Amino acid sequence: MTLAPPRPGARVKVRGVIGEPAPREDAVPKVKGEFQYASDLWREGMLHGATLRSPYPFARIRKVDVSAAAKLPGVRAVLTQDDVPGKKTYGLMDRDDQPVLADGYVRFVGEPVAVVAADTIEQARAATKAIVLEYEVLEPTFDPIAAIQPSAAKLHPKGNVLERVRILHGDPAAKADVVVEGEYEFAMQDQAALGPEAGLAIPREDGGVTLHVATQWLHEDLDQLAPCLGLPESKVRIVLSGVGGAFGAREDTSIQIHACLLALKTRRAVRMTYGREESFFGHVHRHPARLFYAHGATKKGELVFVRATIVLDGGAYASSSSAVVANAGSFAAGPYRVPNAVVDCVGARTNNPPTGAMRGFGAVQSCFAYEAQMDKLAKACGLDAVEIRMRNGLVEGDAIITSQPLVGSAPIAEIVRRCASLPLPETAAHRDQSELPGGHANVTRGEGVVRGVGYAVGFKNVCYSNGFDDFATARVRLFADAEGPLARVHTAAAEVGQGINTVQLQIARTELGIERVELETADTNVGSAGSSSASRQTWMTGHAVLQACREVRQELVRRAEREGLTLDRTDLADLLDRPIEKTVTYRHQDTEKRRPDGQSRGHVAFMFAAHRAVVDVDVETGLVKVVQVATAQDVGKAINPLGVIGQIEGGIAQGVGLAVMEELIVEKGRIRNASFTDYLIPTILDMPPVIADVIEHPHPDGPYGAKGVGEAPTISSTAAVVAAIRAATNRDLERVPVRPDDIVFGTSSRSGWRIAPGDDPRRAVRG
Amino acid sequence: MTRITVTVNGAREETAVEAHESLLTTLRERLGLPGSKNACEQGECGSCSVLLDDVLVCACLVLAASVDGREVRTVESLADGSALDPVQRAFVETGAVQCGFCTPGLVVATHALLRENPEPSLAEIREALSGNLCRCTGYGQIVEAVQRAAKTMYLHGLDDE
Repeated sequence: MTLAPPRPGARVKVRGVIGEPAPREDAVPKVKGEFQYASDLWREGMLHGATLRSPYPFARIRKVDVSAAAKLPGVRAVLTQDDVPGKKTYGLMDRDDQPVLADGYVRFVGEPVAVVAADTIEQARAATKAIVLEYEVLEPTFDPIAAIQPSAAKLHPKGNVLERVRILHGDPAAKADVVVEGEYEFAMQDQAALGPEAGLAIPREDGGVTLHVATQWLHEDLDQLAPCLGLPESKVRIVLSGVGGAFGAREDTSIQIHACLLALKTRRAVRMTYGREESFFGHVHRHPARLFYAHGATKKGELVFVRATIVLDGGAYASSSSAVVANAGSFAAGPYRVPNAVVDCVGARTNNPPTGAMRGFGAVQSCFAYEAQMDKLAKACGLDAVEIRMRNGLVEGDAIITSQPLVGSAPIAEIVRRCASLPLPETAAHRDQSELPGGHANVTRGEGVVRGVGYAVGFKNVCYSNGFDDFATARVRLFADAEGPLARVHTAAAEVGQGINTVQLQIARTELGIERVELETADTNVGSAGSSSASRQTWMTGHAVLQACREVRQELVRRAEREGLTLDRTDLADLLDRPIEKTVTYRHQDTEKRRPDGQSRGHVAFMFAAHRAVVDVDVETGLVKVVQVATAQDVGKAINPLGVIGQIEGGIAQGVGLAVMEELIVEKGRIRNASFTDYLIPTILDMPPVIADVIEHPHPDGPYGAKGVGEAPTISSTAAVVAAIRAATNRDLERVPVRPDDIVFGTSSRSGWRIAPGDDPRRAVRG
Repeated sequence: MTRITVTVNGAREETAVEAHESLLTTLRERLGLPGSKNACEQGECGSCSVLLDDVLVCACLVLAASVDGREVRTVESLADGSALDPVQRAFVETGAVQCGFCTPGLVVATHALLRENPEPSLAEIREALSGNLCRCTGYGQIVEAVQRAAKTMYLHGLDDE
């Protein structure tokens, strides 16, 4: 569908339209401390919920006795699996393999076993400790490659292979003059949103429940919640509360079902809020991965083939592993012309913590590996990092390895060239101690500091893919009050910090030509907007708002014509003796379901970014300082330039974090660093300046040409930083995050599994 | 329980607190001031930054019982009704706010910085705010906000506070 440009001719210049740097509509309450987050919810007489979690990665529950806990002072309810009135399991997008409360087995450390409601949080926590449990400890499986071998013990009735995607493109036996190989390891990253998981469930007179919660996807929560509560969806209302960041972690439910069960049982309002430590155990993380790659090219560095086997650790339950595996496979060769490819990508079930969505899901893992491979290839062919990427980069009409052609994007070579031409930082003529890698903690005088520069390019789909029925609904009501025309926009799009609310307002102002536009609170009283993930809300909800506004506008035109007036010369209020309300559900064009050979037009659109990182590495201590990150990103159209820069810089920060510090350390299934003291995210001292070149090459199907923005900055920034560290150290660095000992000693991170790239990892051999 | 008397945002408050309770819990759960945020509750993230007798502290690390007779200022005290103070205004205008969970702490910490050092260098800004984690912005627009606030306050003189 092609859209007409926004209508000109509004009589007064309307402020806050698309393309203007617009401050957020919620920024004022946020800076004043008045914005209500889910963890701020409070109601007189509310109870407090607490969760008892499994201490074992795999065990059978022999006995549960809650009688002592239930008798403790202030305790109003103690619930286990037997108390779940409806469906006992749940999961994203009908995967429902996860018990609401442990169903006789526990499969990861931190799995919820029982929940308690009490008058105070201290009483609730004390009661969880008084629940008597007897476990029979079982032999856990932590190695995802071991878990998918035919001989492996089954960890769940649904088996250990969560998803498998195989892509066959061109000639699987293609030969090349130059071949480079590598095995890569990708550790577990956490979304680490600052706002904890939280919500308030309030029972209703009619036996239903209203849940106020921080989530990314109201209607998917509803789909999972209602059957478990044994209620029709009409008796469950979910309202978006203030969300303190998400980044994928709120795609799955956390407190949602538990808080509602407790509220329905006690007939009292129940608040649940995780503390920071519990948050690390209570949400999914980014999939760790093992990636085995071979790249073949001509002597001139033109790609001939890519072969890859990728194993992602899904942990104990499916979550969104299916989509993560599909992405890792689809994008396994990068944004390059690759005539021949074989990719085998598997998501494994283990007894590690469950993993699911995180910004760039699936695409980040494979980008780290294919960009390392591109640098190896460049070296082998005598090219530099920029040349090899420009030589192989996709241009419009070229197909990716699933045979889907590229539409509506700037050429990769141009994105790379523009990134490479951004100014480099001055060479540090050392130097203040604070500017050394490690800052004041660095006890050297910088004798061992070496500078490195690295490049990476990444890409990913916008919106949901592979035949998923992806839609978004918007209701727009235009009416007049004493101050003139006013529009109210109602959608279920989750504002999680990314800025979709401001985008909705800008679009409505642009389309309706009025400045007074307000948003209704997002809830399930309007149709679904889908998830705030996959960089899709600007595209999906943006389109829905745009179309609903155009329908409202058409009605205005009709009314004006009936009165013999010209719309542009009429006071809108004169046409609004009765309100106009339009509800539109937007669907993007159909995508094809995956075929067995992986060849299909499975995606709606792609987004691209290139990153250049400059680092100073102290090769004696292994400390790294990221000096600068430059980026060029094709956003199609910057609807809110202020928000676009925020997304780019913030996404890069998460990529930089993954490159040099962020790792959830999991030993024998247990997270060892569940705190901000031990799980490090970049501080203001760790973040370098970012220079961004925002490219606006419109996509024909995006609203005003816009593509998604949020994920691209995270996809290749990690790979660029690691490339820069390699350039400074000459180490292979086949693992992220890069640790000081990897730099100083060149520690190998091989898995010990022998897998030829492209082969089925379910037939792996040790040694 | 211990009874304490504390001046919060200029108003005298009397309340009973548990012996183990943090000032953050008292503010949020007893005094109806949830503006100071509970992101880590172990002094790592700065989201609960408040001024205790004009000194910047993490409210989660202060025992509530120890503030008896002292003065606390929270983010809620900075705006004058609907009029934002220069730091708040700069955070809004530069896009330094996304999810905003870190914002109250950063706004208070910026206040503490600019009161001590009205013309901070880039390095001084980074040093002063290194105890405040932000997961959304990458800090670029936050630095811009602090610089803008410093300039405005320099031009118009510090608030008479």
